[in-house]
Amino acid sequence: MEKLNVFASRLLPTEDFVCSGHRACQGCAEVLAMRMVHKELGRNTIAASATGCMEIITSPYPESAWRIPWIHVAFENPASVISGVEAGYKALMRKGRYPKRKINFVGYGGDGATADIGLQFVSGAMERGHDMIYVCYDNEAYMNTGIQRSSATPFGASTTTSPAGKVSIGQQTWKKNVPEIMAAHNIPYVATVSPSYPFDLHRKVRKAADVEGPAYLHVYSACPTGWRMRPELAVQIGRLAVETGVFPLYEVENGKYTITQSVPEFRALRDYLKPQGRFRHLTDDVIDDIEVRLRAEYRRLEAKVRMTHEEEV
Amino acid sequence: MAERKGMEVSIAIAEAASACDVDCIAAYPITPQTHVVEHLSEIVADGDLDAEFIPVESEHAAMSCCCGCASAGARTFTATASQGLALMHEILFIAANLRLPMVMVVANRSLSGPISIWNDHSDVMTERDVGWVQVFAENGQEAVDMVIMGHRISEDKRILLPLMVNFDGFILSHMVEPIEMPTREEVKKFLPDFEPQQRLDIDDPITMGPVGMPVVYTEAKMAAEWAVRNSYEPMVEIMGEFEKEFGRKYKPVETYRTDDAEILLIMMGGIAETAMTWVDKVRDEGVKVGLVRFRMWRPLPVDDFKKAIAGAKVLGVLDRHFSPGGPGGPMAQEIKYMLYGQDHAPKIVETVVGLGGRDVNFSDFDQIFDRCKEVLGGAPIPPFELIQVRGGHYGKA
Repeated sequence: MEKLNVFASRLLPTEDFVCSGHRACQGCAEVLAMRMVHKELGRNTIAASATGCMEIITSPYPESAWRIPWIHVAFENPASVISGVEAGYKALMRKGRYPKRKINFVGYGGDGATADIGLQFVSGAMERGHDMIYVCYDNEAYMNTGIQRSSATPFGASTTTSPAGKVSIGQQTWKKNVPEIMAAHNIPYVATVSPSYPFDLHRKVRKAADVEGPAYLHVYSACPTGWRMRPELAVQIGRLAVETGVFPLYEVENGKYTITQSVPEFRALRDYLKPQGRFRHLTDDVIDDIEVRLRAEYRRLEAKVRMTHEEEV
Repeated sequence: MAERKGMEVSIAIAEAASACDVDCIAAYPITPQTHVVEHLSEIVADGDLDAEFIPVESEHAAMSCCCGCASAGARTFTATASQGLALMHEILFIAANLRLPMVMVVANRSLSGPISIWNDHSDVMTERDVGWVQVFAENGQEAVDMVIMGHRISEDKRILLPLMVNFDGFILSHMVEPIEMPTREEVKKFLPDFEPQQRLDIDDPITMGPVGMPVVYTEAKMAAEWAVRNSYEPMVEIMGEFEKEFGRKYKPVETYRTDDAEILLIMMGGIAETAMTWVDKVRDEGVKVGLVRFRMWRPLPVDDFKKAIAGAKVLGVLDRHFSPGGPGGPMAQEIKYMLYGQDHAPKIVETVVGLGGRDVNFSDFDQIFDRCKEVLGGAPIPPFELIQVRGGHYGKA
């Protein structure tokens, strides 16, 4: 029945909690995604931010783009901080010192804060089972500090610390699969989302908020500045990422995998790479190799879908 | 008046935190931990304390989590030591500058390397600049009382700062001492429920921890300076109220037999217990010597200290940490800061003792006292000395 949910732009909430006037770059799809996430979560939400783009652009004192309670402590620890906020309110509500009510506790960070320096903290918070959502806004490098590579930077991308050169193709490692790591924590809900598919995003954020216990959302966040791309392409590139199989949209509910945006026939990977300056140096051979591996990964994802649905039967 | 019972000091500290009816405890068991959080988790598991016990995956996460708990308006407690405190370093500054009340007990232990789990003050002394209120307990009862006072001080609307209760690892943390443990009802009279000045509240959203551009950073640091410095008066007032309620008197700086003493030994923490016995022995021999101990370390109780040492001619300072290649021990540095340029300032003999669990006993006090006597007699002031080094000492290296 849930597949019959109807989404239409006029039915979405009109209120925003991440407000305009922030200092994001032109065409930043990360702040676009964050606005959508908080539009869905609504007013009864407390957020803890990692250091990073979404922190500095929304909170240069004395300005704030936040209409919900928001805290920033440090780079690596928003998962720990929000787990503390959740525990604090849990204790206070139980002891009758704060009225009992449903609050969404959200920790978020970029791919560096999540996949690299903060991986332990996210893992710890997820494992402890706090009733919280962790959101990774993945723009595939340390953009705030000047486009340095992270473990979530895709293979072949040129960054300031994985530059393409005469003897290097740029990033030499495959993107770390954080959603899979989170799924391995056996938490009730894991999903990949993209602001280029807003209704899919809203639906998954709602699920993440409604589920009891920890939920993890991995958000594709196009960064025109860091990807050396025209800002007006940010939404389009997100659609290409799905259509070429680079960023499949799926969810894992209590271990059960579902692809939420099926792709009957993949578009050529070149369509995705071409508009992005970070991939301009890649030769046809390398692109073909990447495409082969992407297809294999997608087949593995499909196998997980089949396997986990069979288990149920 | 409650009866005195023999208790391991770590267990007593856990009981004290429980008597404070803390709401949240976030702690990591290693690097290295004491029985404080183990026992607290037992108290919570038995239902004797209604609190969230959050078994985090590191000390860094513990402090991060405590920031979250306190920003929700929960009474927050944690404990650590040594490497664990060092791992928290980054977040300690932030907890203070976010003005988040919480109490952390630190069982002072040496920092690696070489790795050592034993007592000195190298862990806390490298955290002097973090902007917390810092106190040092001498014995188990004092540690218990400081936890109770600590929450009251930390949550006082004139202070609103995290507070660190230091007590010596092993020589105090694992010692069984007679403790008079106040009941939760008694504590509640002294320590009412925590009413946060500000919290992350969905009914009244605030932004905590924004970016401090150069145009505001200096002012933020000035505010931090005021916050810690101005905590002195309310702290003294709260210590006075504690005395009224529980009958035990605490001062920022403690003195022992300092009357007419020409030579004073200056220290902090548990070694003062041994030192008092030593002072008694030497006094019985007719020598005019006394002892001064810092209880309050941040804010630095300058006037109390100056009053405590008034009239002394030589101060023998016993540091438990030092800065290699630098100006010696931290306590001696700060004492020099307090006395520099003062007319008739006493001469200072700087020593570093009791590193990494080495016992400090009468012969060490004798040795330091001899050095002080030489200086009193007109000998030149020696450079800072790492005493107790087998086969020699720093000054003669």
